[in-house]
Amino acid sequence: MAAILKGIVATSVLSSSSDFVPKGVQLPSLKSLPVSERKGGFLVDGSDAKVVPVSNARARSAGRLVAANAVAAEKSAASTASKTGGHELLLFEALREGLEEEMDRDPRVCVMGEDVGHYGGSYKVTKGLAKKYGDLRVLDTPIAENSFTGMAVGAAMTGLRPIVEGMNMGFLLLAFNQISNNCGMLHYTSGGQFKIPIVIRGPGGVGRQLGAEHSQRLESYFQSIPGIQMVACSTPYNAKGLMKAAIRSENPVILFEHVLLYNLKERIPDEEYVLSLEEAEMVRPGEHVTILTYSRMRYHVMQAAKTLVNKGYDPEVIDIRSLKPFDLYTIGNSVKKTHRVLIVEECMRTGGIGASLTAAINENFHDYLDAPVVCLSSQDVPTPYAGTLEEWTVVQPAQIVTAVEQLCR
Amino acid sequence: MALNQITSSSRSKLLKPLSCFSSSTSLRRPFSSSSDDNTVITVETSAPFVGHNIDPPCRSVETTPKELLGFFNDMAVMRRMEIAADSLYKSKLIRGFCHLYDGQEAVAVGMEAAITKKDCIITAYRDHCIFLGRGGTPFESFAELMGRKAGCSKGKGGSMHFYKKEAGFYGGHGIVGAQVPLGCGLAFAQKYSKDNTVTFTMYGDGAANQGQLFEALNMAALLDLPAILVCENNHYGMGTAEWRAAKSPAYYKRGDYVPGLKVDGMDALAVKQACKFAKEHALKNGPIILEMDTYRYHGHSMSDPGSTYRTRDEISGVRQVRDPIERIKKLIISHNLATEKELKDIEKNLRKEVDEAIAQAKESPMPDPSELFTNVYVKDFGLEAFGVDRKEVKVVLP
Repeated sequence: MAAILKGIVATSVLSSSSDFVPKGVQLPSLKSLPVSERKGGFLVDGSDAKVVPVSNARARSAGRLVAANAVAAEKSAASTASKTGGHELLLFEALREGLEEEMDRDPRVCVMGEDVGHYGGSYKVTKGLAKKYGDLRVLDTPIAENSFTGMAVGAAMTGLRPIVEGMNMGFLLLAFNQISNNCGMLHYTSGGQFKIPIVIRGPGGVGRQLGAEHSQRLESYFQSIPGIQMVACSTPYNAKGLMKAAIRSENPVILFEHVLLYNLKERIPDEEYVLSLEEAEMVRPGEHVTILTYSRMRYHVMQAAKTLVNKGYDPEVIDIRSLKPFDLYTIGNSVKKTHRVLIVEECMRTGGIGASLTAAINENFHDYLDAPVVCLSSQDVPTPYAGTLEEWTVVQPAQIVTAVEQLCR
Repeated sequence: MALNQITSSSRSKLLKPLSCFSSSTSLRRPFSSSSDDNTVITVETSAPFVGHNIDPPCRSVETTPKELLGFFNDMAVMRRMEIAADSLYKSKLIRGFCHLYDGQEAVAVGMEAAITKKDCIITAYRDHCIFLGRGGTPFESFAELMGRKAGCSKGKGGSMHFYKKEAGFYGGHGIVGAQVPLGCGLAFAQKYSKDNTVTFTMYGDGAANQGQLFEALNMAALLDLPAILVCENNHYGMGTAEWRAAKSPAYYKRGDYVPGLKVDGMDALAVKQACKFAKEHALKNGPIILEMDTYRYHGHSMSDPGSTYRTRDEISGVRQVRDPIERIKKLIISHNLATEKELKDIEKNLRKEVDEAIAQAKESPMPDPSELFTNVYVKDFGLEAFGVDRKEVKVVLP
């Protein structure tokens, strides 16, 4: 968890050639700052995992978030506004940066997927890597998800650290057996003999009229598999951090990206940083209601938050990031403060991440709730092609505003 | 030549008295029963190899007395273990699925004789004897079968999940065919680290019809991976005979552009020769398919009597004519390496050892309840899943 960053600071276990962010992590607490300054991202601090808001005075002006078409572009970057200033890049470039740094750091890290090599990746995440590391290390596979995922698991059993790219998360349904039985369970069924340090990543979610089969949210199918971890990135900053953490983790990690978020621009630190795989991100602290969200819905929520603030509400927005396991600590603290929870997700109503989260919150924080947990999810329908219909399948900011108003009555 | 005592099978036509120079001399020399390591015995395999897109290796296999006695010993242990597992299952000490390997032992021992522990083997769920071949002990096997903590997978895997990482044994997989892509992944890692080893990916005639096998084979051939796909063709995919499941049961030919070799899987020496040949080939030219023509005496698993889809005559016929242990026994006796009585004594001792292992395993403790939650995740700096009040909650999710 936060021990990662602390570990980076404290020990040389993770030492590598590049600089770490010793100073940047231990920024002074900003309790002294007025509330308005405390917007934006955070960096997880040391042992007690207290969320320390980061001064974004500089970042707010400098770090614009250039969003794709209909995605709200409100929030400022969650980056250190340290002396170096950082550099601006798009989300897919941030993923590539993280990937490249890890490949430089550890020769066992390799990539496999369709069109990741010579083509550069269908979303350009692996662009240029094949030229740099060679065709074996950045492997173009045939269209055979089941077997190349299996191949990656087999390679991981011997100690390699493969990263499997699904061109679209939906295609990984073909590899479900390998992911569930071999990837997730081998560490257990072998009595701990084999570790599967694999990363499975790819874009999912509802895109721009991609049709039903290419708009799937696989986190709801994978969430019950024991032995895997799931994380969802939403900003260039957390994309790079989560990618690096996932690669370094000894457990199989599924990193969910979103088709519409690849062109988000943000300023991220120059120094190396790794985020925690199990921690949620406090996007906007507040008092009235806890809104839990992840991936693309974060932007819909922040757009709705603008409207809500104008109407006088003070929502606390948390990007849960870790889909398995949930960061019940951060979520719990928030629930204890606000007593009202709204979950906004892109999964379908039935059996999605929101359903599990609702159950978890009800089970653990029932006493703190003033109102039932409200979960806004996508409709239980295959995603239609027509633009207007597609819009209605996912949660829109107006619905979020209405839900908060009802919740806070 | 030692095999000319076999009468009924048509195979006897192939067992003409050896006319080639090398073998005839060696058979006339008397040997002392204390096996001399330096002597080389050359034996002809029971049947010639059949190649697909490749020149098959020579039928003459070189072996030593030590190796032959070792084969006998290992196969006898394997046979004894499987039979003991049968009775343990019937007395409900082993539960769930139990797939027995008796009849197919020659594949396991022959393969081991041709390779090192650095080469990897991965197989499906009929893995008890391969585990033994890789250096596992009967105690570990029985303990795992009975779900004890001392088992090779700490009791958490069961019959279908035997693993031995340090000996290059990667299991042990329940889903038919899923181990083949894994095996190609092992070969990928071997090529990646350039350590001149190969992977034997084993599967059955039932799994040979899985799509992922062809996907994996395509990738292995594309990347020249040192993968050897071994089809243990025991002619029945559970209850379905091979001719009812496959349009073309010539599994060694299914690689098309990948060469294949058909081997008599009941002849340990033929298996050894084929595996040696395959290893050399795979290191130079990429994947190759070996089809081991073998047979299982038991049914598919303990819940299958094994006689509804085949006749008892067929089973006993194969046992009389092609039994791998009998074959080696005859070789040993005919080369005067040991007498029949000595072999019987060895078997009796082995039986006692196996029985001791069973008794020991029966006494060994079940896993601690806390083991339910261990090894779900690897505890490293990355994973500290916190529950509500900062206590580590590894499994109670979300």
